[in-house]
Amino acid sequence: MDIIKKYPKVFQWLFLLAVFFALCFAIDVPETYKFIRGQAEFVKDPNQSTFVFLGKEVRYYAFDVFWRLPPLLGWLPIWINDSLFFLMNEWMPMEFWNEDTQEFKTRPLLLQISRNLTAFMTFLIELIREILLGGLETIVAFTSWDFIDAYPWAELPGLPWTIVAAGFAILSYKLSGKGLAIFAGLTMVYISIFGQWKPSMQTLSFILVAAPLSFAFGLGLGIAAFKSKRVEKALYPILLVMQTMPQYAVLVPALVLFGVGDHAAVIITMVVAVPPMILLTLLGLRAIPPEVIEAGRMSGCTNWQLMFKVLIPTARRDILIGVNQVIMVCFSMAVISAFIGAKGLGFNLLLALNQLNIGLALEAGLCISLIAILLDKMSLAWANKQIDYFGNLTFYQRNKNLIFFGGAFIIGILLAYAGSFYFKEGFNYLFEVPHNKGISTADFWNKGVDWIFETFFVYIKAFNTWLIQDVLQPMRALYLRMPAVATLVLVVGAGYLIGGIRSALVVCALTLFIALSPWWDRALVTTYMATFGVIISCIIGFTVGTLCFQNKNSAKFMLGVCDIFQTFPSFVYLIPVMMLFGITDTSVLIAVIVYATIPATRYTIEGLRSVPAGLHDAATMSGVNKFQRLTKIEFPLAFPHMMLGLNQTIVFALFMVIIGAFIGTEDLGQYILKALSDKNGAGIGLTLGICVAFIGLIFDNLIRTYVGKRKKHLGID
Amino acid sequence: MSEAVIKCENVYKIFGTNAQKMLQEANGNVDAKTFQENGCIVGVNDASFEVSKGEMLVVMGLSGSGKSTLLRCISRLTDATGGKIFIEGQDLLKLNNKELINLRRNKMGMVFQSFALLPHKTVVENIAFPLQIKGIKTENSISKAMDMVKLVGLDGRENYFPRELSGGQQQRVGIARSLAVEPDIWFLDEPFSALDPLIRKEMQDEFLRLQEKLQKTIMFITHDFDEALKLADRIAIMKDGIIEQLDTPANIVLNPATEYVKKFTEEVPREKVLTIEDVMDKTNSESSDLKVLKDEIIENVAEKILTQEKSVSVIDQDNKIVGSINPSKIIQTVFGGRKSNS
Repeated sequence: MDIIKKYPKVFQWLFLLAVFFALCFAIDVPETYKFIRGQAEFVKDPNQSTFVFLGKEVRYYAFDVFWRLPPLLGWLPIWINDSLFFLMNEWMPMEFWNEDTQEFKTRPLLLQISRNLTAFMTFLIELIREILLGGLETIVAFTSWDFIDAYPWAELPGLPWTIVAAGFAILSYKLSGKGLAIFAGLTMVYISIFGQWKPSMQTLSFILVAAPLSFAFGLGLGIAAFKSKRVEKALYPILLVMQTMPQYAVLVPALVLFGVGDHAAVIITMVVAVPPMILLTLLGLRAIPPEVIEAGRMSGCTNWQLMFKVLIPTARRDILIGVNQVIMVCFSMAVISAFIGAKGLGFNLLLALNQLNIGLALEAGLCISLIAILLDKMSLAWANKQIDYFGNLTFYQRNKNLIFFGGAFIIGILLAYAGSFYFKEGFNYLFEVPHNKGISTADFWNKGVDWIFETFFVYIKAFNTWLIQDVLQPMRALYLRMPAVATLVLVVGAGYLIGGIRSALVVCALTLFIALSPWWDRALVTTYMATFGVIISCIIGFTVGTLCFQNKNSAKFMLGVCDIFQTFPSFVYLIPVMMLFGITDTSVLIAVIVYATIPATRYTIEGLRSVPAGLHDAATMSGVNKFQRLTKIEFPLAFPHMMLGLNQTIVFALFMVIIGAFIGTEDLGQYILKALSDKNGAGIGLTLGICVAFIGLIFDNLIRTYVGKRKKHLGID
Repeated sequence: MSEAVIKCENVYKIFGTNAQKMLQEANGNVDAKTFQENGCIVGVNDASFEVSKGEMLVVMGLSGSGKSTLLRCISRLTDATGGKIFIEGQDLLKLNNKELINLRRNKMGMVFQSFALLPHKTVVENIAFPLQIKGIKTENSISKAMDMVKLVGLDGRENYFPRELSGGQQQRVGIARSLAVEPDIWFLDEPFSALDPLIRKEMQDEFLRLQEKLQKTIMFITHDFDEALKLADRIAIMKDGIIEQLDTPANIVLNPATEYVKKFTEEVPREKVLTIEDVMDKTNSESSDLKVLKDEIIENVAEKILTQEKSVSVIDQDNKIVGSINPSKIIQTVFGGRKSNS
């Protein structure tokens, strides 16, 4: 009894596990059970039961409720679909003036709104594309002016690539200095000579539209949330779900609402990019010392003056970090949006992957990665740039960069003009290197991949078979063997032990939603893949992090590597793994592990670093050796932060598992991918997305509650 | 006596959801403990006082004593829960937002403990900020701000950013900013607490020099009793939201009202605080040739007086004898009576 009193928590956990395993063994697998590919699929099977709710018929395989809960929420996706359909096609028909046919036409209100919105977005995107790539259609379309037909010479030629490259270099120089300027210049030259100019500029134009809009909305909502507790409370759950929702899942409803193409992608990108902006705006505004606000008030600021002259400039850095986040999210969305027909680098990448042309995919992927690093570094440099005083500089000093750009502009045009004489036949390489006329190393890579395959085929295959047969299949079977009730008890029990009744209820609600959806089995598969990835990632991440921490330079280097890898859109990670392991679950898992190791490593190093120097000295003076210091001082104190890393690792792993569906897995992701090409997919896609988000949120809630308690216990912040 | 510039009548500040209701029920008898049991925290408890024109009132108290809260009630950065506050006869709590902004733009200036400078503006822009907020043209506001820069002795650094200045310099900017609109009332919230001791002393002297010149009505908050003694015309000592004693420095040192106040006064070097007038005998006894001015701080004349054997005459500005002081009294003041106040 004394032992129980001494370690009450341990025994509570042991008891919970005992109950869980007892339930697992007590409840037998029903004889008729097979892996349910998705309950509410529209295949009719005489073995299925049905129920009707809100006028929707749901078909499902009935089991003992202890084994699998019936999909009582099965009507939800169907209902979402029908409501969307109704809203788009039948709700509030109104008369609208049609420019083309010059007559009034009856259209539902929402459809009209969505059409106007898409038209507006299309206009913005096209406008920027024409500046970068040439053409005059937008202005013509905007004014419905037949000028271009009458005067074909007036076509806008677009900027020569030399000018855009110079522009990037000069901007980078202004923001950061020589190093970044050289990097920017080289990146642009690389893009150009490898013939990726056009898709790159398409992607760039996408970002140039999506990022400013997301910034404006995010800033506005962030300010509103800062001013009013009520707005903040209303936004909070949405922000939470959006942070764990795979970006890929929100694409599906966008298809229904806005159709296929760049415009739909831009709108849905805003949905994803606005939440981090709101969070960082809020964070920045909250971090302002109260005395600065008081100083503003005592200077006699009105509310408006206080916000725009005191608060926002003071929170400048955090807000600009928000801009950095917005740009990175927009970029990764620009790549993923290829699934709903957005043009640009992502589209090329998708095409190449679909054709299994690894070489081409690698080139596109490299382009994407380079641009990602460039955009990240530039926006971070902007955020960290201190304002300087310009008053006593000369006109030349103040406008140095503008003058240089002007010079580059003229030289670029002259070069392009000269080029038009030199490159007589067909293409002017000084103006734009056409897509298929650049240098391509695709063949080389493809041959390389073939060589790897031929040489190592046996080993790779053996590894593959071993992993799948001896590790993955049994693990998967174990997860599927869990009766629903046992899982529920385990999760809710864990919630109760960690965070008390409140946590238990939250976790219970989240789990029930998934259990009552038609995709419990698939959610289990998603979780199993994520779990596998997370375990390996954590082992690698914690080890690498701890080792790198032993030396200041290596720690710094590793953090830099993490920074760079984190900027790559998740999709890019699929290229090398497909190259080496082909289309198997192994590929997905390896991509998951690589991607999820980033936060595990980063948070380990950051956590260990955050241990106060005073404690180090105190420990050293007590005569500890390196190992003792690590285990007795650094690990216990860094543990909460490392757990936050675990949280991030889980989210990253889930994202990657879902995207892995593109290679082919049997989990929730596969259904999201299917929903993309399904007319009735919107509801399914959205519900699936919420399911994935909820898996993430269950862990998020448990870990955060634990970390909060632990930090309080240790007296850290 | 001229009309009070700041006048507080039974000011209460109570934090908590039910504060208003509980205050009404308490009917003027606010007990911090019962309030705390009901989830309310008493910040300021029944503060009544006046500050007249050109006077410097120093509010002294330890952290959590409610001194900053009191100041924020009077500047209406937070609304008082009960009581009345008059600024030059205007009822502060009845002002609407526009009138309040007007009052702050023209009548009030405030200096903060952590300087609270705007990081994105240069020294001169920071100082010009309240002027520009008022809508004064950039040129005029900058030239006015330059005068202020000179006043606080920061010439040559006007184009620096706050991040490039030391703490003392930053607070000079804070002081200049608060004075830019030429306010009548000057609030200083622990302005020198964040500075090193040497810089603090330098800034205190500088502050006294400025006040000599400007003659503002001042409320000065500090947790440093020595600072209060050095600067104040009158000192208010606060504890748990209550003003324990409000009096001149000399009276506080000589006659502490409560045990709490006494604890502060015990360690005070009296010869640095008290003047001859505070300790002299009103009667004029036989005296030596030496005469001392009644307003002299004891420390400055002690040596002279101690060389005499007989009592020394005390005179006022008009050279009229108003009393005398015996050398033994000086010794008694300096060394005696620390434990028991004789």
